[in-house]
Amino acid sequence: MSTAVAEGKTWGGGNQPLKASYGKMMMWFFIVSDALTFSGFLAAYGFSRFKFIDAWPIADEVFTHFPFLHGVDAPMYYVAFMTFVLIMSSVTMVLAVDAGHHMNKAKVTIYMFLTIIGGLIFVGSQAWEWGTFIKGDYGAVQTKGGNILQFGHYVDKDGEQVFKRVAVRDFAVAAAHQDRTQHESRKGIWFVDEGALPAYTMDEVIHGLQANKDVLVRTQIINEEGEKTVLSREESINQIMKNGRLYVEGANLHVNEYGSPLFADFFFFITGFHGFHVFSGVIINIIIFFNVVLGTYERRGSYEMVEKVGLYWHFVDLVWVFVFTFFYLV
Amino acid sequence: MAHEHKLEIFQGLLKFKSNTQKIWGVLIFLTIVTIIEVALGIVKPEALMAKFLGMKLLNWIFIILTIVKAYYITWDFMHMRDETKALRRMVVWTAIFLILYLIFILLQEGGYVFDVYDNGFIKRDF
Repeated sequence: MSTAVAEGKTWGGGNQPLKASYGKMMMWFFIVSDALTFSGFLAAYGFSRFKFIDAWPIADEVFTHFPFLHGVDAPMYYVAFMTFVLIMSSVTMVLAVDAGHHMNKAKVTIYMFLTIIGGLIFVGSQAWEWGTFIKGDYGAVQTKGGNILQFGHYVDKDGEQVFKRVAVRDFAVAAAHQDRTQHESRKGIWFVDEGALPAYTMDEVIHGLQANKDVLVRTQIINEEGEKTVLSREESINQIMKNGRLYVEGANLHVNEYGSPLFADFFFFITGFHGFHVFSGVIINIIIFFNVVLGTYERRGSYEMVEKVGLYWHFVDLVWVFVFTFFYLV
Repeated sequence: MAHEHKLEIFQGLLKFKSNTQKIWGVLIFLTIVTIIEVALGIVKPEALMAKFLGMKLLNWIFIILTIVKAYYITWDFMHMRDETKALRRMVVWTAIFLILYLIFILLQEGGYVFDVYDNGFIKRDF
């Protein structure tokens, strides 16, 4: 063999170092870099959490809803379901890859289809989860310093006094006369407006609190038992009167009725970035699905393309396993 | 297209007859781990609330179980088990080294900032 031929074979793309094809190896390297991006986000979440370790929201109390079950306290069941859906779609994906190795077009088609369905269920669930989180639950009062004060009362449950949350809308006294109307650009001299006004003014919350003798305030601070501190009646009124500034309901990038606004920011950013990955994964899977149906890989004689998107899809599942742990469990 | 798959998991304790069978086996394992995680998260046993190396024992269990799950997803679903040793190390060791480094720095700093708020003169609780 002449040097020219050997060189062509080595450097012309025919060579497979590490016994992996070019495409597969590049997918692995992309996954490494993407894994580092996600680790950066999750580590930043850890940083903020350690910074406010004694006042961070408790995930069990934030994500308590399950679709179609209203008023049922179901912490984590829905996320567990989502996790299972994603693992399941990972399984159908790996089965598609396996069927591809056996050049079984019918099976690859079916498994790719199921994978896409799994991905869509997951993205839909994520959207529902976001919607519930944004809409909020009980409402709370934000203090001047940005802390959150929540409300509740003690109820008797099996002979034990248990703190139960109370929604602000259930005790706040709506004033007959509002002295504050929303400013819109058409009413002003200059074209400026303001965001929606909170559903209740501080006065209405204070009146409601004074009228309902059993309602107490719960602060963000986590006590020895790992629960949020509940103030005495006297302190409750004092805190709200002295420091309460704004009624907040639900969560967005500025306020968060569940606790530190950073929690909501990271939630939106990290699950949003992951959801974006799942969404693009579904799109790529659909493209590959149609290629399979059209027989592109049958003609090519190899289903390696399915294997490559499979790697990406499993990676998305892998990231979710970590997001699940750090957002919902730990 | 002969694709070689290593068919045993748990250090050879469990050997499957085909790749498809192995996939279902791993799914069952991952499902069991997830169920354990969720059950522990809901029950929160009192015994696991003790602190160990600055974190609750329960949280350590969650993190370890997560890494176990990640291992099986990477090794069996992504077929890392069948890749060459060099590719495996390039991907896994690089990521693990950089991630541990990042986590150490950020958590250390976060804990320090907490201490400044907690013991220092900076006050934000108003």
